[in-house]
Amino acid sequence: MVSVEDYGDYETAWCPGCGDFNILKALKHALVNLGKAPSEVLMVSGIGQAGKLPHYLNCNFFNGLHGRTLPPATAAKLANHEMTVLAVAGDGDCYGEGGNHLIHAIRRNPDITLIVHDNQIYGLTKGQASPTSERGMVSKIQRQGVFNNPLKPLALAISQDCSFVSRGYAGDVPHLTELIMKAIRHRGLSLVEVLQPCVTFNKLNTFKWYSERVYKMEEGEYPLDDRVKAFERSLEWGEKIPLGVLYMNERPVLEDNHEVLRSAPLIRHKPQTEKVNILIDGFM
Amino acid sequence: MNLDLTIKIGGAAGQGLDTIGSVLSKSLLKSGFYVFSTQYYLSRIRGGHNTFQIRISDAEVRAMDENVDILIALDRTSIDRHLDEMSDGVVIVDRDVVELETEHDSIFHVPMLKIAKDAGGNKIYANTVAAGAAMGLLCLSLDALNDVLTSIFRKKGQEIIDNNLKVAKAGYDYVRANYPHGCKFDVLAPEAQERKMLLSGNDGVGLGALAAGVHFLSAYPMSPSTGVLNFIAGHAGEFGVVVEQAEDEIAALNMALGASFTGARSMVTTSGGGFSLMAEALGLAGITETPVVIFLAQRPGPATGLPTMTEQGDLLFALHAAQGEFPRCILAPGTPDECFYMTAEAFNIAEKYQMPVFVMSDQYLADSMFTCKRFDTSKVIVERHLLSDQELRTKHGDYRRYKFTPGGISPRALPGQEGVLVRADSDEHDEFGFIDETQENRIRMMDKRMNKLELLAGEMKPPEIYGPHDAKLTLIGWGSTYGPLAEAVDILNRDGHSTNLVHFNYIHPLPAESIRKILAGSKKKVCVENNYTGQFAGLLRAEAGIEVSDKVLRYDGLPFTPMSIIKALREKKVI
Repeated sequence: MVSVEDYGDYETAWCPGCGDFNILKALKHALVNLGKAPSEVLMVSGIGQAGKLPHYLNCNFFNGLHGRTLPPATAAKLANHEMTVLAVAGDGDCYGEGGNHLIHAIRRNPDITLIVHDNQIYGLTKGQASPTSERGMVSKIQRQGVFNNPLKPLALAISQDCSFVSRGYAGDVPHLTELIMKAIRHRGLSLVEVLQPCVTFNKLNTFKWYSERVYKMEEGEYPLDDRVKAFERSLEWGEKIPLGVLYMNERPVLEDNHEVLRSAPLIRHKPQTEKVNILIDGFM
Repeated sequence: MNLDLTIKIGGAAGQGLDTIGSVLSKSLLKSGFYVFSTQYYLSRIRGGHNTFQIRISDAEVRAMDENVDILIALDRTSIDRHLDEMSDGVVIVDRDVVELETEHDSIFHVPMLKIAKDAGGNKIYANTVAAGAAMGLLCLSLDALNDVLTSIFRKKGQEIIDNNLKVAKAGYDYVRANYPHGCKFDVLAPEAQERKMLLSGNDGVGLGALAAGVHFLSAYPMSPSTGVLNFIAGHAGEFGVVVEQAEDEIAALNMALGASFTGARSMVTTSGGGFSLMAEALGLAGITETPVVIFLAQRPGPATGLPTMTEQGDLLFALHAAQGEFPRCILAPGTPDECFYMTAEAFNIAEKYQMPVFVMSDQYLADSMFTCKRFDTSKVIVERHLLSDQELRTKHGDYRRYKFTPGGISPRALPGQEGVLVRADSDEHDEFGFIDETQENRIRMMDKRMNKLELLAGEMKPPEIYGPHDAKLTLIGWGSTYGPLAEAVDILNRDGHSTNLVHFNYIHPLPAESIRKILAGSKKKVCVENNYTGQFAGLLRAEAGIEVSDKVLRYDGLPFTPMSIIKALREKKVI
């Protein structure tokens, strides 16, 4: 039996009251509820406060570069598809620096779960606007307020037919736990966008701000594979912000497409040095 | 060598030079000759002026000759540009297609289009007529060409094969019946000997990677590296390889690292522009000690530069790319057989020392076709340097991915192995892989990583001396320039200039001590490089304290020929 203790208890570098604590808690519970042992879990992260999360979870991890969470996570899954691969990133990491990788990871559809801590601000670099910051938010750089439209991650993901698209809230651990469990269970790229208050730098999108706006979507409101309905719902933002699974489909999964992975995970394939002689013959 | 003959095919992109060129090259190899062929092309799909040049000999050839004996001109430009490269040659041209006002003794009209239509029923066979005509002019048997055509068109069905054979014979017969000087070229294939391979450097790298058991290749296509990507992708199914075309080179190298961390033998293929995007991930490989093979096929930069031409301009870039200091290894093969064996070796070095290993090539080596002895796969040994489950259970209860060891190499386990957790971090980290920013840890970790270079330097093979050991002049080169340099040395010695060559394939870390010994006896040292600044000469000075007396540098986008090296040595009054 796997227990929460198996995933360890580490000292963190997060600010007291940070939304990240609850995300970590929800993640631990989700993994334990699913009976995943630490040795079968691989967390891949980039840089930022979210990127530090694997350091506080007793499992395998690859803490790589800022913005580059999805490429190594995708490849790790291809290398050994028996592992449960999770990618964790922040809004700057996944939607800014690594935005291109998100688009292409959606196209590839590897069976990994992507958890994005979206606090609508840059924390590690101390308070600049992020791709999801609200228009008008004043920061040290955006002195006149943000001019740019905020990115709509769920709308983007649904528009590109992402296999599983959901939103959770760091202020509701039980709901987030359920969401992460569903995402891990779902085969395909599963996006869990998490609204995460940054208590130090984001004075606009606070726990209070979110709590007054978020609501849980009812199950069966619309068939979850209805992309148009899902897209419509993904645009809802402002007074009311929906939480839950917005969209789900059964697209072919990247690892399933590769014939060579059907017999065994890639890393178990042995070199076929002798067989190269057949190719050598072709050059004679 | 008694026989040394060059055939040049000139035309516009899209005219099928490549087909004639490769069909002829293979036919000449099958006829028993040593063949070296190279292409000059511009970065466009149609138009422009391109050439395919084939040199044949009864002895080993690994470079271009500047003198052309047979020119197959598919357009007017070919004649205008290349007629003066011929001393006593023949121009095969279809005057029904290419309009010519002037007459020239060497011009020989072959109505290739008409023959194609008459004998094959379609003008598309004109290129096969050209190949037949060339074989006829050389007075060689048609058997080899027939074999090659049969094998190339096998998939297209018997009718296409038959038509090709018919038109090849018609072209051949036309030349034999109409060429006024009979068998002008007295070509005789060397005595029957063991069959050889005809392949490019890119083919060699691809074969080497497959022999080494590459599992994962991620890349964004970029000339001149794409040939390796295509080759491995073409055989991925049979050899159990996953090939992923990445959205950009940043993703490509990050993917390769993710796959490698998880246990796959991984590589990327790229050229300078793409490698520029990989710089940060290169450092990630460095600090996380993740093995990866980087095939870097150079072309002239900066930025887009000359996309289809050649240069050795990225040596110091590969050596210094990415912030911070970390160990890496650079190998630079000079021939396709070295590409094969050294690519396989690169995987072993990468996994043994847990660092990025470069295999550096360039457009010249990547795309030129060389005649090589059959590769010996029994010489390729795959060494993974991974902890077995058994070893983990008995010896590594408290597994530390970055354990401090005397040589700096930590035992490597993989995520998913029972009883261990494997952690890699781009931050400075402790033995377990957790962030550790203390000065004490930083010093120990830096020392640990950099120490691996000392061990590795002992494995890097010092260069061999080609030519007389007591020569008055020593030429120094690295990587792809081996062919033209070795031939230049042969010519110089034949002409009474005592010269040898010290050619480097193991570039970094340089085994400084042995190099100093090898070069201790040379009286005058000239470094020959395909770049502007003499990057390797600088490296020799910095790493081994060896100063060259002169440099021969070429940076016009073209490869060296033996004669261009000799000419430059004369201009510099070295000889």
